[in-house]
Amino acid sequence: MSKKKHEPKFHIAKRDALDWWKSWLIRICAVAAALIVCALVTVVLTGENPIGVYVKMFEGAFGTKRRIWSLVQNIAMLLCVSLAVTPAFKMRFWNIGAEGQVLAGGLATAACMILFGNKLPSVALYALMIITSCLAGAVWAVIPAFFRANWKTNETLFTLMMNYIAIQLVSYFTYIWSVPKGSGQIGVINQSTRSGWMPSLGGYDYLLNILVVAGLTVFMFVYLRSSKQGYEISVVGESENTARYVGIDVKKVIIRTMLLSGAICGIAGLLLVSGTDHTITRDTAAGRGFTAIMVSWLAKFNPLYMVLTSFLIVFLQKGAIEISTTFGLNSSFSDILTGIIIFFIIGSEFFINYTIKVHNSKKGEKES
Amino acid sequence: MIASFIQRAVVQGIPLLFGSTGEIITEKSGNLNLGIPGIMYVGGISGVIGAFMYERSLADPSAMNPFLAVIIPLLTCVLGSLCMGLIYSLLTVTLRANQNVTGLALTTFGTGFGNFFGGSLIKLVKSDMPSISLTATSNCFRTTLPFANKFGPVGQVLFSYSFLAYVAIVLALITSYVLGRTRVGLHLRAVGENPATADAAGINVNRYKYVATCLGSVIAGLGGLYYVMDYANGVWSNDGFGDRGWLAIALVIFAIWRPNLSILGSILFGGLFIIYNYIPNLGMSDQELFKMLPYVVTIIVLIIISIRESRETQPPAHLGISYFREER
Repeated sequence: MSKKKHEPKFHIAKRDALDWWKSWLIRICAVAAALIVCALVTVVLTGENPIGVYVKMFEGAFGTKRRIWSLVQNIAMLLCVSLAVTPAFKMRFWNIGAEGQVLAGGLATAACMILFGNKLPSVALYALMIITSCLAGAVWAVIPAFFRANWKTNETLFTLMMNYIAIQLVSYFTYIWSVPKGSGQIGVINQSTRSGWMPSLGGYDYLLNILVVAGLTVFMFVYLRSSKQGYEISVVGESENTARYVGIDVKKVIIRTMLLSGAICGIAGLLLVSGTDHTITRDTAAGRGFTAIMVSWLAKFNPLYMVLTSFLIVFLQKGAIEISTTFGLNSSFSDILTGIIIFFIIGSEFFINYTIKVHNSKKGEKES
Repeated sequence: MIASFIQRAVVQGIPLLFGSTGEIITEKSGNLNLGIPGIMYVGGISGVIGAFMYERSLADPSAMNPFLAVIIPLLTCVLGSLCMGLIYSLLTVTLRANQNVTGLALTTFGTGFGNFFGGSLIKLVKSDMPSISLTATSNCFRTTLPFANKFGPVGQVLFSYSFLAYVAIVLALITSYVLGRTRVGLHLRAVGENPATADAAGINVNRYKYVATCLGSVIAGLGGLYYVMDYANGVWSNDGFGDRGWLAIALVIFAIWRPNLSILGSILFGGLFIIYNYIPNLGMSDQELFKMLPYVVTIIVLIIISIRESRETQPPAHLGISYFREER
């Protein structure tokens, strides 16, 4: 570098769209690098050899038929919440309140099961459960959306706070409905009559859940890609001013999208309470509302890729739990691995979107 | 009764004050760091690891050097939270990743890190202790002013805290002064409001973002340390820290991005957090409703400031948006 002119050795420029295979190659490299780091961390902590670590993880995820079912079920639930948050993100509405919306839906479902279970005919009960859970999720989502649309109230912080209100509401009702009284736990609802439980198809408990989520995935893919409303969402996401200029009612789009987002979260709550746990606790959503944001973002808001990303995360969780039980370690180990993987993938996006241009000092001319 | 309520509210509020002071500095640079809850966990567990190692290296805990017992956990805590701040800055500033996703990943990672080492530390170092209990270290941290009891209730309210509590208040006051009255603070605010303009004015945007985020993380991490060493008497329990990290972020809004207001806000939040203990004849279920209060209050503040649109009370204009010089 010359003394007179201070010139940086390199600068960063935005890339044009990269070939799809190149961008996927970068992502795969990032995942591979992350898995190596994860293995190293595991080896340091447990002393097992790295291959043994991954064998253990595979056993944890696919070891038995039961585990495979539980893996697929967990993928389906995470995917469901991810699908719910996606339209909002595409609109650049940072809905980090999925946790609360799922809980609201779950609470509505539990309320129906407790108050009307064994009293209504089962068809009416199911209909009521579906309607109330969608409604509860949608209400939880539309409150922040309303304020965002009218007064630009910061939605990230608003939806975040709504989570804790939902959590405390659930706590409140778990005391009210607790069995036995005052224990603070609801326990399995309608255990003897199974009233309001999702029916098991062909003897498989989770099959219906998985089918519902599969249907939602296809719906969301088509909705975002081919419908007029999906198009409006992406225009608002790119630029609210452009949207306004071409005559899109931005307020209406924000509120409508959040209604949809919240309603799907409500369905996730329904599937969790009525189709999986048959009870409700503060932890029913189990952090899925937050993990879903990462799943959706990693998949570039494409519902089909989300199947892959949620598989990756659930696989890691299941595998890490197996490792931690084998070595008597704490099960939060999976969160550490998830964090590492996400850091790597987030970091890799930079190399997809930007290119580093090294300056040739002999030329001495600046590229602009 | 009232004195003890205020005292307990302050003790509850101090971790929130650390967290919110840190987050205010970070947000003023335009970085919305949703990793604060994770960072506070990491700060707490790093301090615990440091103290644990120090206590283990001694044959007899009573021979502990009080100065070392305080300084070692402090240093490990600062180091741990600094690393978290660096990860966040590297990803969002240098690699321009999405701030919300990075922050949430950081929280997942940090909470997992805290719970993992909290639950497995004993196993990993093959110690024969039943649980992590750093009473000796905690006693060093909890040393209070000797004359606190002489002044009755006034002394209890004003002087009965350990040194970290006063550090929190002093840090908040200094931050408030630096942000509002100095050139560095002005530059930092410029970076958060409009990085392109700041860049044009010759301010090194990336450096300000890095330093503000890392400094903010370190301060927030101290909140985790205060919680473990003071509030929890040196006993680490998994998920014991709970949702306080998110409450700290709520406090930032409540204090409308002003650290001096967040001193009062933290005491108020601390009070709201424990008020259910002081209301007679409250059922278990109603207690849960009372725990909602801090969040409800925050939402109300958020709505009011957005409707009023007063310029002094708005979040930094470029909060949550990565800056890229060539993209205008």
